[in-house]
Amino acid sequence: MSAATVTGGPTAWQRARRSPGLVIGLMVVVGMVLVAVFAPWLAPYDPDEQDVVVPLAAPSAEHLFGTDYFGRDVLSRVIWGARISLSIGIVSTAAGVIVGTAIGIVAGYFGGWLDRAITAAADVLLSFPQLIMGLLLVAVLGASTGNLILAIAVTAVPAFIRIARGSTLAMRERDFVDSCRVLGFSNLRIMFGHVLPNIMDEIVVLASLWLATAIRTESTLAFIGLGVPPPTATWGSIVREGFDNLLDAPWLSLCPSLAILAVMIGLNLIGDGLRDATDPKAAP
Amino acid sequence: MLGFILKRLLLAIPTLVAVLTVVFVLVRVVPGDPTLVILGDQASGQARADLRAKLGIDRPIVVQYADFLGQVATGDLGRSLATNRPILDDVAHVLPYTIELTLAAIVIGVAIGVPLGVLAARRRDGVADWFARIVSLLGVSFPAFVSGILLLIVFAVQLRWFPVISTPRTSSVGDRLGSLVLPALNLGLLMVAYVTRVTRSGMLKALGEDYVRTARAKGMGGRVVVWRHALRNVLIPIVTVVGLYLGALIGNAVLTEIVFNRPGLGKLIVTALNQRDYNLLQGLMVVAAFGIILANVLTDITYGLVDPRVTAR
Repeated sequence: MSAATVTGGPTAWQRARRSPGLVIGLMVVVGMVLVAVFAPWLAPYDPDEQDVVVPLAAPSAEHLFGTDYFGRDVLSRVIWGARISLSIGIVSTAAGVIVGTAIGIVAGYFGGWLDRAITAAADVLLSFPQLIMGLLLVAVLGASTGNLILAIAVTAVPAFIRIARGSTLAMRERDFVDSCRVLGFSNLRIMFGHVLPNIMDEIVVLASLWLATAIRTESTLAFIGLGVPPPTATWGSIVREGFDNLLDAPWLSLCPSLAILAVMIGLNLIGDGLRDATDPKAAP
Repeated sequence: MLGFILKRLLLAIPTLVAVLTVVFVLVRVVPGDPTLVILGDQASGQARADLRAKLGIDRPIVVQYADFLGQVATGDLGRSLATNRPILDDVAHVLPYTIELTLAAIVIGVAIGVPLGVLAARRRDGVADWFARIVSLLGVSFPAFVSGILLLIVFAVQLRWFPVISTPRTSSVGDRLGSLVLPALNLGLLMVAYVTRVTRSGMLKALGEDYVRTARAKGMGGRVVVWRHALRNVLIPIVTVVGLYLGALIGNAVLTEIVFNRPGLGKLIVTALNQRDYNLLQGLMVVAAFGIILANVLTDITYGLVDPRVTAR
Protein backbone atom coordinates (compact mmCIF):
# COMPACT_ATOMS: atom_id res chain seq x y z
CA MET A 1 0.00 0.00 0.00
CA SER A 2 2.71 2.49 0.87
CA ALA A 3 5.78 3.30 -1.10
CA ALA A 4 7.98 1.66 1.53
CA THR A 5 7.04 -1.83 0.28
CA VAL A 6 8.86 -1.60 -3.07
CA THR A 7 12.18 -2.79 -1.64
CA GLY A 8 11.23 -6.45 -1.82
CA GLY A 9 11.58 -7.03 1.93
CA PRO A 10 8.79 -8.62 3.91
CA THR A 11 5.51 -6.73 3.63
CA ALA A 12 3.78 -5.20 6.61
CA TRP A 13 1.35 -8.11 6.63
CA GLN A 14 4.15 -10.69 6.64
CA ARG A 15 5.91 -8.93 9.50
CA ALA A 16 2.65 -8.61 11.38
CA ARG A 17 1.94 -12.34 11.24
CA ARG A 18 5.36 -13.12 12.67
CA SER A 19 4.81 -10.83 15.67
CA PRO A 20 3.57 -12.91 18.60
CA GLY A 21 2.44 -9.82 20.51
CA LEU A 22 0.12 -8.75 17.72
CA VAL A 23 -1.41 -12.22 17.42
CA ILE A 24 -1.97 -12.52 21.18
CA GLY A 25 -3.41 -9.01 21.33
CA LEU A 26 -5.80 -9.74 18.47
CA MET A 27 -6.95 -12.96 20.12
CA VAL A 28 -7.68 -11.19 23.42
CA VAL A 29 -9.52 -8.27 21.83
CA VAL A 30 -11.49 -10.35 19.30
CA GLY A 31 -12.39 -12.74 22.14
CA MET A 32 -13.68 -9.85 24.24
CA VAL A 33 -15.68 -8.44 21.32
CA LEU A 34 -17.27 -11.88 20.78
CA VAL A 35 -18.15 -12.00 24.50
CA ALA A 36 -19.84 -8.61 24.13
CA VAL A 37 -21.73 -9.64 20.97
CA PHE A 38 -22.95 -12.95 22.39
CA ALA A 39 -23.58 -11.62 25.92
CA PRO A 40 -27.24 -12.78 26.02
CA TRP A 41 -26.17 -16.39 25.37
CA LEU A 42 -22.98 -16.37 27.44
CA ALA A 43 -24.14 -14.69 30.65
CA PRO A 44 -25.41 -17.30 33.12
CA TYR A 45 -27.82 -14.83 34.80
CA ASP A 46 -29.76 -11.67 34.05
CA PRO A 47 -27.24 -8.91 34.90
CA ASP A 48 -29.84 -6.77 36.66
CA GLU A 49 -31.68 -9.58 38.45
CA GLN A 50 -31.39 -9.08 42.20
CA ASP A 51 -31.27 -12.02 44.57
CA VAL A 52 -31.50 -10.79 48.15
CA VAL A 53 -30.74 -14.27 49.51
CA VAL A 54 -27.11 -14.19 48.34
CA PRO A 55 -25.73 -10.63 48.67
CA LEU A 56 -21.92 -10.41 48.55
CA ALA A 57 -21.56 -14.17 48.02
CA ALA A 58 -17.99 -15.37 47.53
CA PRO A 59 -17.05 -16.98 44.21
CA SER A 60 -18.60 -20.46 43.91
CA ALA A 61 -19.69 -22.95 41.25
CA GLU A 62 -23.03 -21.17 41.03
CA HIS A 63 -21.58 -17.65 40.82
CA LEU A 64 -18.07 -17.93 39.39
CA PHE A 65 -17.12 -14.38 40.40
CA GLY A 66 -19.52 -14.07 43.32
CA THR A 67 -22.44 -11.69 43.70
CA ASP A 68 -22.60 -7.99 44.51
CA TYR A 69 -24.37 -6.05 47.23
CA PHE A 70 -27.75 -6.61 45.57
CA GLY A 71 -27.11 -10.30 44.92
CA ARG A 72 -26.50 -9.73 41.23
CA ASP A 73 -24.17 -12.17 39.47
CA VAL A 74 -20.86 -10.35 38.90
CA LEU A 75 -19.77 -12.50 35.94
CA SER A 76 -23.01 -11.76 34.09
CA ARG A 77 -22.66 -8.06 34.80
CA VAL A 78 -19.08 -8.04 33.51
CA ILE A 79 -20.16 -9.90 30.35
CA TRP A 80 -22.98 -7.44 29.70
CA GLY A 81 -20.76 -4.55 30.74
CA ALA A 82 -18.39 -5.45 27.90
CA ARG A 83 -21.10 -4.31 25.46
CA ILE A 84 -21.35 -0.79 26.86
CA SER A 85 -17.64 -0.33 27.62
CA LEU A 86 -16.44 -1.60 24.24
CA SER A 87 -19.08 0.17 22.17
CA ILE A 88 -18.54 3.54 23.86
CA GLY A 89 -14.81 3.09 23.24
CA ILE A 90 -15.20 2.07 19.61
CA VAL A 91 -17.79 4.69 18.64
CA SER A 92 -15.97 7.57 20.33
CA THR A 93 -12.61 6.56 18.85
CA ALA A 94 -14.12 6.24 15.38
CA ALA A 95 -15.71 9.68 15.67
CA GLY A 96 -12.48 11.24 16.96
CA VAL A 97 -10.39 9.57 14.24
CA ILE A 98 -12.69 10.67 11.40
CA VAL A 99 -13.03 14.28 12.53
CA GLY A 100 -9.40 14.69 13.61
CA THR A 101 -7.95 13.09 10.50
CA ALA A 102 -10.14 15.16 8.18
CA ILE A 103 -9.17 18.41 9.91
CA GLY A 104 -5.50 17.38 10.03
CA ILE A 105 -5.38 16.55 6.30
CA VAL A 106 -7.01 19.87 5.41
CA ALA A 107 -4.55 21.76 7.64
CA GLY A 108 -1.51 19.96 6.23
CA TYR A 109 -2.67 20.14 2.62
CA PHE A 110 -3.57 23.81 2.45
CA GLY A 111 -1.01 25.14 4.94
CA GLY A 112 -0.87 28.90 5.56
CA TRP A 113 -2.92 30.69 8.20
CA LEU A 114 -5.50 27.90 8.30
CA ASP A 115 -2.79 25.41 9.22
CA ARG A 116 -1.33 27.74 11.85
CA ALA A 117 -4.73 28.34 13.46
CA ILE A 118 -5.65 24.65 13.53
CA THR A 119 -2.23 23.61 14.85
CA ALA A 120 -2.31 26.22 17.60
CA ALA A 121 -5.79 25.13 18.68
CA ALA A 122 -4.78 21.47 18.67
CA ASP A 123 -1.68 22.23 20.73
CA VAL A 124 -3.69 24.03 23.38
CA LEU A 125 -6.16 21.14 23.60
CA LEU A 126 -3.29 18.66 23.76
CA SER A 127 -1.70 20.51 26.65
CA PHE A 128 -4.69 19.44 28.74
CA PRO A 129 -4.42 15.95 30.20
CA GLN A 130 -6.88 13.80 28.34
CA LEU A 131 -8.54 12.50 31.51
CA ILE A 132 -9.03 15.97 33.05
CA MET A 133 -10.51 17.24 29.78
CA GLY A 134 -12.92 14.29 29.54
CA LEU A 135 -13.88 14.73 33.17
CA LEU A 136 -14.62 18.43 32.73
CA LEU A 137 -16.69 17.82 29.57
CA VAL A 138 -18.82 15.06 31.09
CA ALA A 139 -19.28 17.02 34.31
CA VAL A 140 -20.54 20.04 32.36
CA LEU A 141 -22.66 18.12 29.83
CA GLY A 142 -24.08 15.59 32.30
CA ALA A 143 -23.35 11.86 32.36
CA SER A 144 -25.14 9.94 29.61
CA THR A 145 -24.03 7.51 26.92
CA GLY A 146 -24.17 10.16 24.19
CA ASN A 147 -22.28 12.75 26.22
CA LEU A 148 -19.59 10.23 27.20
CA ILE A 149 -19.04 9.36 23.54
CA LEU A 150 -18.93 13.05 22.65
CA ALA A 151 -16.49 13.91 25.44
CA ILE A 152 -14.09 11.06 24.69
CA ALA A 153 -14.25 11.77 20.95
CA VAL A 154 -13.43 15.45 21.54
CA THR A 155 -10.33 14.52 23.55
CA ALA A 156 -9.19 12.26 20.68
CA VAL A 157 -9.53 14.90 17.95
CA PRO A 158 -6.37 16.98 18.58
CA ALA A 159 -4.09 13.91 18.65
CA PHE A 160 -5.35 12.83 15.22
CA ILE A 161 -5.18 16.36 13.85
CA ARG A 162 -1.52 16.46 14.76
CA ILE A 163 -0.55 13.11 13.25
CA ALA A 164 -2.67 13.51 10.08
CA ARG A 165 -1.30 17.00 9.54
CA GLY A 166 2.30 15.90 9.96
CA SER A 167 1.93 12.98 7.57
CA THR A 168 0.07 15.09 5.02
CA LEU A 169 2.84 17.70 5.08
CA ALA A 170 5.29 14.98 4.09
CA MET A 171 2.97 13.63 1.37
CA ARG A 172 2.26 17.04 -0.13
CA GLU A 173 5.80 17.26 -1.47
CA ARG A 174 5.63 13.87 -3.17
CA ASP A 175 5.49 13.54 -6.95
CA PHE A 176 2.19 11.70 -7.05
CA VAL A 177 0.40 14.67 -5.52
CA ASP A 178 1.89 16.95 -8.19
CA SER A 179 0.78 14.46 -10.84
CA CYS A 180 -2.75 14.56 -9.47
CA ARG A 181 -2.71 18.36 -9.67
CA VAL A 182 -1.46 18.27 -13.25
CA LEU A 183 -4.28 15.87 -14.10
CA GLY A 184 -6.68 18.51 -12.77
CA PHE A 185 -8.03 16.52 -9.81
CA SER A 186 -9.98 18.56 -7.29
CA ASN A 187 -8.34 19.29 -3.93
CA LEU A 188 -10.98 17.18 -2.22
CA ARG A 189 -10.19 14.19 -4.44
CA ILE A 190 -6.43 14.52 -3.89
CA MET A 191 -6.80 14.87 -0.12
CA PHE A 192 -9.16 12.02 0.54
CA GLY A 193 -8.61 9.83 -2.51
CA HIS A 194 -4.82 9.96 -2.67
CA VAL A 195 -3.22 11.46 0.45
CA LEU A 196 -5.49 9.66 2.95
CA PRO A 197 -4.70 6.09 1.76
CA ASN A 198 -1.00 6.87 2.03
CA ILE A 199 -1.12 8.11 5.61
CA MET A 200 -3.55 5.38 6.72
CA ASP A 201 -0.80 3.24 8.31
CA GLU A 202 0.01 5.79 10.97
CA ILE A 203 -3.64 6.62 11.60
CA VAL A 204 -4.48 2.95 12.19
CA VAL A 205 -1.59 2.49 14.63
CA LEU A 206 -2.60 5.54 16.63
CA ALA A 207 -6.28 4.53 16.49
CA SER A 208 -5.58 1.13 18.02
CA LEU A 209 -3.63 2.73 20.86
CA TRP A 210 -6.30 5.39 21.23
CA LEU A 211 -9.03 2.78 21.50
CA ALA A 212 -7.26 1.60 24.66
CA THR A 213 -7.22 5.19 25.93
CA ALA A 214 -10.92 5.64 25.15
CA ILE A 215 -11.95 2.47 26.98
CA ARG A 216 -9.72 3.44 29.88
CA THR A 217 -11.26 6.91 30.01
CA GLU A 218 -14.79 5.52 29.99
CA SER A 219 -14.05 3.08 32.79
CA THR A 220 -12.17 5.75 34.75
CA LEU A 221 -15.02 8.25 34.48
CA ALA A 222 -17.48 5.51 35.50
CA PHE A 223 -15.25 4.74 38.48
CA ILE A 224 -15.29 8.39 39.55
CA GLY A 225 -19.07 8.38 39.20
CA LEU A 226 -19.43 10.07 35.81
CA GLY A 227 -20.44 6.99 33.85
CA VAL A 228 -23.60 5.73 32.19
CA PRO A 229 -26.29 6.07 34.90
CA PRO A 230 -27.09 2.91 36.96
CA PRO A 231 -28.32 0.20 36.90
CA THR A 232 -26.62 -0.27 33.49
CA ALA A 233 -23.48 -2.29 34.00
CA THR A 234 -20.20 -1.00 32.58
CA TRP A 235 -16.80 -2.25 33.68
CA GLY A 236 -15.89 0.96 35.46
CA SER A 237 -19.21 1.19 37.32
CA ILE A 238 -18.94 -2.45 38.49
CA VAL A 239 -15.47 -1.69 39.87
CA ARG A 240 -16.92 1.35 41.60
CA GLU A 241 -19.76 -0.65 43.17
CA GLY A 242 -17.31 -3.32 44.28
CA PHE A 243 -14.91 -0.73 45.66
CA ASP A 244 -17.41 0.19 48.39
CA ASN A 245 -17.18 -3.41 49.64
CA LEU A 246 -13.50 -3.94 48.99
CA LEU A 247 -12.72 -5.19 52.50
CA ASP A 248 -15.53 -7.77 52.67
CA ALA A 249 -15.75 -8.78 49.03
CA PRO A 250 -12.61 -7.95 47.02
CA TRP A 251 -13.74 -10.21 44.14
CA LEU A 252 -16.39 -7.66 43.15
CA SER A 253 -13.76 -5.23 41.94
CA LEU A 254 -11.29 -7.88 40.87
CA CYS A 255 -13.32 -9.44 38.05
CA PRO A 256 -14.17 -6.25 36.12
CA SER A 257 -10.67 -4.89 36.81
CA LEU A 258 -9.13 -7.92 35.15
CA ALA A 259 -11.50 -7.54 32.17
CA ILE A 260 -10.38 -3.92 31.70
CA LEU A 261 -6.75 -4.90 32.11
CA ALA A 262 -7.02 -7.73 29.55
CA VAL A 263 -8.46 -5.41 26.91
CA MET A 264 -5.85 -2.73 27.66
CA ILE A 265 -2.99 -5.23 27.28
CA GLY A 266 -4.55 -6.67 24.12
CA LEU A 267 -4.97 -3.27 22.47
CA ASN A 268 -1.49 -2.10 23.44
CA LEU A 269 0.00 -5.31 22.02
CA ILE A 270 -1.93 -4.69 18.79
CA GLY A 271 -0.82 -1.05 18.64
CA ASP A 272 2.85 -1.87 19.25
CA GLY A 273 2.72 -4.83 16.85
CA LEU A 274 1.13 -2.73 14.11
CA ARG A 275 3.69 0.03 14.61
CA ASP A 276 6.55 -2.42 14.30
CA ALA A 277 4.93 -4.02 11.26
CA THR A 278 4.29 -0.77 9.39
CA ASP A 279 7.57 0.89 10.35
CA PRO A 280 10.52 -1.52 10.08
CA LYS A 281 12.86 1.06 11.60
CA ALA A 282 10.87 1.22 14.82
CA ALA A 283 11.09 -2.54 15.41
CA PRO A 284 12.71 -3.37 18.75
CA MET B 1 20.71 30.83 32.29
CA LEU B 2 18.53 33.43 34.04
CA GLY B 3 17.64 35.03 30.71
CA PHE B 4 16.76 31.62 29.34
CA ILE B 5 14.40 30.95 32.27
CA LEU B 6 12.76 34.39 31.94
CA LYS B 7 12.22 33.85 28.23
CA ARG B 8 10.54 30.50 28.87
CA LEU B 9 8.26 32.03 31.50
CA LEU B 10 7.21 34.84 29.14
CA LEU B 11 6.53 32.35 26.35
CA ALA B 12 4.21 30.42 28.68
CA ILE B 13 1.82 33.36 29.11
CA PRO B 14 0.01 33.08 25.74
CA THR B 15 -0.38 29.33 26.29
CA LEU B 16 -1.79 29.98 29.72
CA VAL B 17 -4.35 32.45 28.38
CA ALA B 18 -5.33 29.96 25.66
CA VAL B 19 -5.77 27.14 28.16
CA LEU B 20 -7.77 29.37 30.51
CA THR B 21 -9.97 30.25 27.54
CA VAL B 22 -10.61 26.56 26.94
CA VAL B 23 -11.64 26.12 30.57
CA PHE B 24 -13.92 29.13 30.33
CA VAL B 25 -15.49 27.98 27.06
CA LEU B 26 -16.07 24.48 28.42
CA VAL B 27 -17.69 25.64 31.63
CA ARG B 28 -19.74 28.56 30.28
CA VAL B 29 -20.41 28.19 26.60
CA VAL B 30 -20.99 24.46 26.25
CA PRO B 31 -24.61 23.81 25.19
CA GLY B 32 -26.85 22.96 28.09
CA ASP B 33 -28.01 25.07 31.01
CA PRO B 34 -25.83 24.69 34.11
CA THR B 35 -28.79 25.65 36.29
CA LEU B 36 -30.67 22.61 34.94
CA VAL B 37 -27.71 20.38 35.74
CA ILE B 38 -27.30 21.86 39.23
CA LEU B 39 -30.96 22.13 40.24
CA GLY B 40 -32.48 19.32 38.16
CA ASP B 41 -35.22 19.71 35.56
CA GLN B 42 -37.97 20.12 38.22
CA ALA B 43 -36.64 23.52 39.32
CA SER B 44 -38.86 26.58 38.99
CA GLY B 45 -38.00 29.41 36.61
CA GLN B 46 -37.48 31.77 39.55
CA ALA B 47 -34.98 29.46 41.28
CA ARG B 48 -33.05 29.06 38.06
CA ALA B 49 -32.98 32.81 37.44
CA ASP B 50 -31.71 33.37 41.00
CA LEU B 51 -28.97 30.82 40.51
CA ARG B 52 -28.01 32.43 37.19
CA ALA B 53 -27.60 35.76 38.94
CA LYS B 54 -25.60 34.11 41.74
CA LEU B 55 -23.32 32.40 39.24
CA GLY B 56 -23.03 35.64 37.29
CA ILE B 57 -23.99 33.87 34.08
CA ASP B 58 -26.82 36.29 33.32
CA ARG B 59 -24.25 38.84 32.16
CA PRO B 60 -22.92 39.14 28.59
CA ILE B 61 -20.40 36.41 27.79
CA VAL B 62 -17.60 38.89 26.98
CA VAL B 63 -17.97 40.54 30.37
CA GLN B 64 -17.87 37.16 32.06
CA TYR B 65 -14.72 36.24 30.12
CA ALA B 66 -12.88 39.46 30.99
CA ASP B 67 -13.98 39.10 34.60
CA PHE B 68 -12.72 35.51 34.71
CA LEU B 69 -9.29 36.37 33.30
CA GLY B 70 -9.01 39.37 35.63
CA GLN B 71 -9.83 37.23 38.67
CA VAL B 72 -7.32 34.56 37.73
CA ALA B 73 -4.65 37.21 37.13
CA THR B 74 -5.12 38.53 40.67
CA GLY B 75 -4.99 35.02 42.12
CA ASP B 76 -8.70 34.88 42.91
CA LEU B 77 -10.40 31.62 42.01
CA GLY B 78 -13.79 32.65 43.35
CA ARG B 79 -15.80 31.04 46.10
CA SER B 80 -17.20 27.55 46.38
CA LEU B 81 -20.94 27.35 45.66
CA ALA B 82 -21.39 24.75 48.36
CA THR B 83 -19.34 26.15 51.26
CA ASN B 84 -18.80 29.78 50.17
CA ARG B 85 -15.15 29.43 51.20
CA PRO B 86 -12.48 30.92 48.90
CA ILE B 87 -11.48 28.14 46.48
CA LEU B 88 -7.83 29.14 46.67
CA ASP B 89 -7.81 28.32 50.41
CA ASP B 90 -9.28 24.87 49.81
CA VAL B 91 -6.75 24.19 47.07
CA ALA B 92 -3.81 25.49 49.12
CA HIS B 93 -4.86 23.19 51.94
CA VAL B 94 -4.66 19.96 49.91
CA LEU B 95 -2.06 20.86 47.28
CA PRO B 96 0.96 19.78 49.39
CA TYR B 97 -0.45 16.24 49.53
CA THR B 98 -0.77 16.00 45.77
CA ILE B 99 2.69 17.50 45.22
CA GLU B 100 4.21 15.09 47.76
CA LEU B 101 2.59 12.15 45.97
CA THR B 102 3.62 13.33 42.50
CA LEU B 103 7.24 13.96 43.50
CA ALA B 104 7.49 10.55 45.15
CA ALA B 105 6.13 8.98 41.94
CA ILE B 106 8.68 10.79 39.78
CA VAL B 107 11.52 9.65 42.06
CA ILE B 108 10.32 6.03 41.90
CA GLY B 109 9.77 6.23 38.15
CA VAL B 110 13.25 7.55 37.41
CA ALA B 111 15.07 5.47 40.05
CA ILE B 112 13.68 2.22 38.63
CA GLY B 113 12.99 3.16 35.03
CA VAL B 114 16.39 4.52 34.01
CA PRO B 115 18.55 1.58 35.25
CA LEU B 116 16.02 -0.91 33.88
CA GLY B 117 16.00 0.76 30.47
CA VAL B 118 19.82 0.89 30.37
CA LEU B 119 20.14 -2.79 31.34
CA ALA B 120 17.55 -3.74 28.72
CA ALA B 121 19.40 -1.86 25.99
CA ARG B 122 22.80 -3.33 26.93
CA ARG B 123 21.63 -6.93 26.55
CA ARG B 124 19.03 -6.91 23.84
CA ASP B 125 16.58 -9.81 24.07
CA GLY B 126 18.21 -10.80 27.36
CA VAL B 127 16.34 -11.38 30.61
CA ALA B 128 16.39 -7.69 31.60
CA ASP B 129 15.10 -6.71 28.16
CA TRP B 130 12.12 -9.04 28.34
CA PHE B 131 11.42 -7.92 31.89
CA ALA B 132 11.58 -4.28 30.75
CA ARG B 133 9.19 -4.98 27.88
CA ILE B 134 6.67 -6.67 30.16
CA VAL B 135 6.94 -3.88 32.74
CA SER B 136 6.37 -1.19 30.15
CA LEU B 137 3.46 -3.07 28.57
CA LEU B 138 1.79 -3.46 31.98
CA GLY B 139 2.53 0.15 32.91
CA VAL B 140 0.86 1.61 29.83
CA SER B 141 -2.04 -0.84 30.11
CA PHE B 142 -3.05 -0.38 33.75
CA PRO B 143 -5.65 2.28 34.42
CA ALA B 144 -4.46 3.98 37.63
CA PHE B 145 -7.54 3.00 39.59
CA VAL B 146 -7.28 -0.67 38.59
CA SER B 147 -3.62 -0.91 39.64
CA GLY B 148 -4.46 0.94 42.83
CA ILE B 149 -7.25 -1.47 43.68
CA LEU B 150 -5.03 -4.49 42.98
CA LEU B 151 -2.31 -3.04 45.25
CA LEU B 152 -4.91 -2.43 47.95
CA ILE B 153 -6.27 -5.97 47.68
CA VAL B 154 -2.84 -7.57 47.81
CA PHE B 155 -0.95 -5.42 50.34
CA ALA B 156 -3.64 -3.87 52.50
CA VAL B 157 -6.49 -6.40 52.47
CA GLN B 158 -4.67 -9.74 52.11
CA LEU B 159 -1.21 -9.12 53.58
CA ARG B 160 -2.21 -6.22 55.86
CA TRP B 161 1.21 -4.60 55.46
CA PHE B 162 -0.20 -1.11 54.99
CA PRO B 163 -3.23 0.76 56.26
CA VAL B 164 -6.23 0.69 53.92
CA ILE B 165 -7.17 4.24 54.77
CA SER B 166 -4.74 7.11 54.70
CA THR B 167 -3.85 8.81 57.94
CA PRO B 168 -4.66 12.49 58.59
CA ARG B 169 -2.11 15.23 58.68
CA THR B 170 -1.54 15.28 62.43
CA SER B 171 0.01 11.81 62.54
CA SER B 172 3.72 11.10 62.93
CA VAL B 173 6.23 11.15 60.11
CA GLY B 174 6.42 7.35 60.16
CA ASP B 175 2.67 7.02 59.67
CA ARG B 176 2.70 9.55 56.91
CA LEU B 177 5.45 7.72 55.06
CA GLY B 178 3.57 4.47 55.53
CA SER B 179 0.44 5.97 54.09
CA LEU B 180 2.45 7.38 51.20
CA VAL B 181 4.09 4.09 50.22
CA LEU B 182 1.22 2.38 48.39
CA PRO B 183 -0.12 5.46 46.57
CA ALA B 184 3.39 6.52 45.54
CA LEU B 185 4.17 2.98 44.42
CA ASN B 186 0.97 2.88 42.38
CA LEU B 187 1.74 6.14 40.63
CA GLY B 188 5.48 5.48 40.40
CA LEU B 189 5.18 2.04 38.82
CA LEU B 190 3.00 3.46 36.04
CA MET B 191 5.69 6.03 35.45
CA VAL B 192 8.43 3.36 35.39
CA ALA B 193 6.83 2.02 32.20
CA TYR B 194 7.26 5.26 30.27
CA VAL B 195 10.75 6.00 31.58
CA THR B 196 11.93 2.44 30.83
CA ARG B 197 10.60 2.63 27.28
CA VAL B 198 12.27 5.87 26.38
CA THR B 199 15.54 5.03 28.15
CA ARG B 200 15.73 1.69 26.34
CA SER B 201 15.10 3.07 22.87
CA GLY B 202 17.32 6.12 23.49
CA MET B 203 20.17 3.93 24.75
CA LEU B 204 19.86 1.56 21.79
CA LYS B 205 20.25 4.51 19.47
CA ALA B 206 23.07 6.12 21.48
CA LEU B 207 25.07 2.90 21.70
CA GLY B 208 25.21 2.80 17.89
CA GLU B 209 26.65 6.33 17.64
CA ASP B 210 30.18 7.18 16.59
CA TYR B 211 31.19 8.80 19.88
CA VAL B 212 30.45 5.56 21.69
CA ARG B 213 32.64 3.66 19.26
CA THR B 214 35.37 6.30 19.73
CA ALA B 215 35.20 6.00 23.50
CA ARG B 216 35.39 2.21 23.25
CA ALA B 217 38.30 2.45 20.80
CA LYS B 218 40.12 4.60 23.33
CA GLY B 219 39.91 1.62 25.63
CA MET B 220 37.29 2.88 28.04
CA GLY B 221 35.40 0.29 30.03
CA GLY B 222 31.90 -0.67 28.96
CA ARG B 223 30.39 0.68 32.14
CA VAL B 224 31.89 4.17 31.83
CA VAL B 225 30.83 4.41 28.20
CA VAL B 226 27.27 3.36 28.93
CA TRP B 227 26.59 5.26 32.13
CA ARG B 228 28.64 8.39 31.51
CA HIS B 229 28.80 8.94 27.76
CA ALA B 230 25.70 7.34 26.30
CA LEU B 231 23.30 8.01 29.16
CA ARG B 232 24.05 11.73 29.19
CA ASN B 233 22.76 11.94 25.66
CA VAL B 234 19.61 10.01 26.51
CA LEU B 235 18.74 12.44 29.32
CA ILE B 236 16.94 14.86 27.01
CA PRO B 237 14.39 12.32 25.75
CA ILE B 238 13.97 11.06 29.33
CA VAL B 239 13.25 14.58 30.61
CA THR B 240 10.85 15.08 27.70
CA VAL B 241 8.91 11.95 28.57
CA VAL B 242 8.80 12.81 32.27
CA GLY B 243 7.61 16.31 31.33
CA LEU B 244 4.98 15.06 28.89
CA TYR B 245 3.85 12.49 31.40
CA LEU B 246 3.34 15.12 34.12
CA GLY B 247 -0.04 15.97 32.61
CA ALA B 248 -1.17 12.37 32.72
CA LEU B 249 0.46 12.11 36.13
CA ILE B 250 -1.89 14.76 37.50
CA GLY B 251 -4.86 12.78 36.17
CA ASN B 252 -3.51 9.55 37.63
CA ALA B 253 -2.68 11.26 40.94
CA VAL B 254 -6.33 12.28 41.17
CA LEU B 255 -7.39 8.63 40.72
CA THR B 256 -4.77 7.35 43.13
CA GLU B 257 -5.95 9.78 45.79
CA ILE B 258 -9.53 8.59 45.33
CA VAL B 259 -8.60 4.90 45.54
CA PHE B 260 -6.35 5.30 48.58
CA ASN B 261 -8.64 7.86 50.20
CA ARG B 262 -5.80 10.36 50.46
CA PRO B 263 -6.46 14.07 50.81
CA GLY B 264 -5.52 16.02 47.70
CA LEU B 265 -6.83 17.56 44.51
CA GLY B 266 -8.48 14.25 43.56
CA LYS B 267 -10.80 14.21 46.53
CA LEU B 268 -11.57 17.88 45.99
CA ILE B 269 -12.57 17.13 42.37
CA VAL B 270 -14.88 14.34 43.53
CA THR B 271 -16.41 16.68 46.12
CA ALA B 272 -16.97 19.29 43.41
CA LEU B 273 -18.63 16.71 41.17
CA ASN B 274 -20.84 15.27 43.90
CA GLN B 275 -22.01 18.70 45.03
CA ARG B 276 -22.27 20.02 41.46
CA ASP B 277 -20.06 22.87 42.59
CA TYR B 278 -19.18 24.39 39.21
CA ASN B 279 -17.14 27.23 40.68
CA LEU B 280 -14.96 24.77 42.55
CA LEU B 281 -14.62 22.57 39.46
CA GLN B 282 -13.60 25.55 37.35
CA GLY B 283 -11.10 26.66 39.99
CA LEU B 284 -9.59 23.17 40.08
CA MET B 285 -9.26 23.13 36.30
CA VAL B 286 -7.46 26.47 36.45
CA VAL B 287 -5.09 25.01 39.03
CA ALA B 288 -4.55 21.94 36.84
CA ALA B 289 -3.84 24.19 33.84
CA PHE B 290 -1.30 26.15 35.88
CA GLY B 291 0.32 22.93 37.01
CA ILE B 292 0.68 21.59 33.50
CA ILE B 293 2.10 24.78 32.06
CA LEU B 294 4.49 25.09 34.99
CA ALA B 295 5.55 21.51 34.29
CA ASN B 296 6.25 22.41 30.66
CA VAL B 297 8.36 25.39 31.69
CA LEU B 298 10.26 23.29 34.23
CA THR B 299 10.86 20.68 31.53
CA ASP B 300 12.35 23.33 29.25
CA ILE B 301 14.55 24.66 32.06
CA THR B 302 15.72 21.14 32.85
CA TYR B 303 16.78 20.77 29.22
CA GLY B 304 19.09 23.69 29.79
CA LEU B 305 20.49 22.07 32.93
CA VAL B 306 21.17 18.61 31.49
CA ASP B 307 22.35 19.85 28.09
CA PRO B 308 24.23 23.19 27.98
CA ARG B 309 23.77 23.25 24.18
CA VAL B 310 20.09 24.14 24.68
CA THR B 311 20.67 27.47 26.48
CA ALA B 312 23.36 28.46 23.99
CA ARG B 313 20.84 28.56 21.14
